[in-house]
Amino acid sequence: MVTIENLHKKFGKNQVLSGVDLTITDGGIFAVLGPNGSGKTTLIKSVLGMVIPNKGNITVLGENIKKNSDYRHKIDYLPQIANFPSNLRVKELIKMIKDLRKPTNEDERLIQLFKLEPFLDKKLGNLSGGTKQKVNLVLTFMFDSPLIILDEPTTGLDPISLIRLKDLIKAEKAKGKTILITSHIMSFVEEISDEIVFILEGKIYFKGSIQKLKTKTNQPDFEHAIASILSDNHA
Amino acid sequence: MLKILKYSFYDLMRSRWSYVYFAFYLLLGVVLLFLNNDLSKAVITLMNVIIVLVPLIGTIFGVMYYYNSKEFTELLLAQPLKRSSIFLGQYLGVALSLSMSLILGLGIPFVLYGLFESSAIWDFSLLLVTGTFLTLIFTALAFNIALSNENKIKGFGYAILLWLFLAVIYDGLFLMTLIMFEDYPLDKVSLIGTMLNPIDLSRTLILLKLDISALLGYTGAVFKQFFGTSFGLIVSFVMLTVWVILPVLRIVFKSKKKDF
Repeated sequence: MVTIENLHKKFGKNQVLSGVDLTITDGGIFAVLGPNGSGKTTLIKSVLGMVIPNKGNITVLGENIKKNSDYRHKIDYLPQIANFPSNLRVKELIKMIKDLRKPTNEDERLIQLFKLEPFLDKKLGNLSGGTKQKVNLVLTFMFDSPLIILDEPTTGLDPISLIRLKDLIKAEKAKGKTILITSHIMSFVEEISDEIVFILEGKIYFKGSIQKLKTKTNQPDFEHAIASILSDNHA
Repeated sequence: MLKILKYSFYDLMRSRWSYVYFAFYLLLGVVLLFLNNDLSKAVITLMNVIIVLVPLIGTIFGVMYYYNSKEFTELLLAQPLKRSSIFLGQYLGVALSLSMSLILGLGIPFVLYGLFESSAIWDFSLLLVTGTFLTLIFTALAFNIALSNENKIKGFGYAILLWLFLAVIYDGLFLMTLIMFEDYPLDKVSLIGTMLNPIDLSRTLILLKLDISALLGYTGAVFKQFFGTSFGLIVSFVMLTVWVILPVLRIVFKSKKKDF
C-alpha cells in the first residue's frame, strides 16, 4: 500500500527524518508512535506530498508520489489541528470539498452519527474545538478511499464521540482499508491498532504487534513498554 | 484552478473590505466628476490616486489573504489538487476581485457622467488598464513575499517596504542619479529606469497620453517620442506583462518546493 525508502528530511538545521524505511501492507490499522518532535507528522505529511523530502522515495498504491497529485484521490487525510476558513459555514465547507473531490452521499450519515445537524448553518469560526474536530472527521470519512490517514483523531472529542469514532474506524477496517493513525492516547492505540510503528530520532525504532513490543521490552503492559523505550533512550 | 479561483473570489466578495474598496472608488469617481466638471483634470487626479493606492492595496490585500487563508490552503493541499493550481487560483481570486472593485467603482460614475460620448474615453480606459496591471503585479509580488516568509509580521514589513521602495524611494534615487550625471546624455538611462519600475511606467504612460508632456521639458520630448508612438506603447505593455509574468512564475516555482 505505502512504501517508504530511505526518507530524509531536514528543516533548516533540524534533521527530522534520517533514513526512514517503512512498508505498510494492505489492510489493517497501523499506529505511528513516537515522542514529541520525533517526526510523526513530518512522515505523514511526506506521504501526502505536503512536505517535500530531501532524499528518498515514497510510493502509494504503486504510484511514485513525486510531482504527482492524482494519487491523493486514494487518500483520506485528517489533519492534526482542525483550522478551517472561519467565515465559511459548515454546510458550505462540506459542499466545497465534495465539489473539489467527487460527489458522495456518505456525509449525511456521518453528520447524523456525530449529531452535527444543529451546526450546519453555523460559521466554522464560531464552533468549539471538539465540534470542529467532528466536522474534520466528516470531511475525512465521507470519501471511500482505500488509504486513511488520521493525525491525532481523538483531539477534543467527548467520550461518546470517541466511541463512535472507534466504531467508525473498525468499520472501515472491516472493509479492508488501510488506516494510519498517530496518537498520544495509549489506551486508544492499544485498543484499535494491529501494528505499531515506533519512530525515534528520525528512524524507525520498532515495527510489529503490541505483543511483540511487550516481549521485546519485557514489560507487562503497553504503556510501560512505550515508556521503557523512551527512558532507555533518553536516560 | 478555476474551482479554487471561484471559491477565493466568492470568499473575498463576501468580505467587507472589497466593498469598502469599491465604495471608496465610487465616491472618488463621483466627487471628481460631478463636483469638478473638468474631465482631463479629473483623470489626472485619478491617476495620482491610482498610481499610489492601487499598488498599496494590492500588496496589503495579497499578503493578508495569503496569511489568513493558510489553514484553507493546508486543507486544499491534502486534496488531489496541483500545488500550482491552488496558489494561482488564490492569486487570481484576489487580483480579480480587487480589479473588479477598481473597474466598477470608477466605471459606474464615468458611465453615468456620459463617458461614451466624451473624447476622454481612451484616457480613461488607459487608466483602468494600467490600474488592473498594477493590481496584478503587486498582488503577485505580495504572494511572493508571503510564500517566502513564514513570519506574518516580517511578511507585512517586507511588503510595505517593497511598496515604499517602488512608489517613493525609487523615484528619489532615480532623480539623484539624474542630477549626479547631468553632464551626460541621460535620455536612454531615464527611459530604461522608467521601464524597470511598474509604477513609474504606468505614470509616464498616462501622463504622455494626456498630452501634457510639454511640462516635462527635454526629457519629456524624448519620452513623448518613445511612448507616444505605437511602438513605445507596445513596449510599455510588454514590460507591464513581464512584470506580471515573472512574479507569477516565481509563485509556481516557490510553491512547488515549499513544505507545509
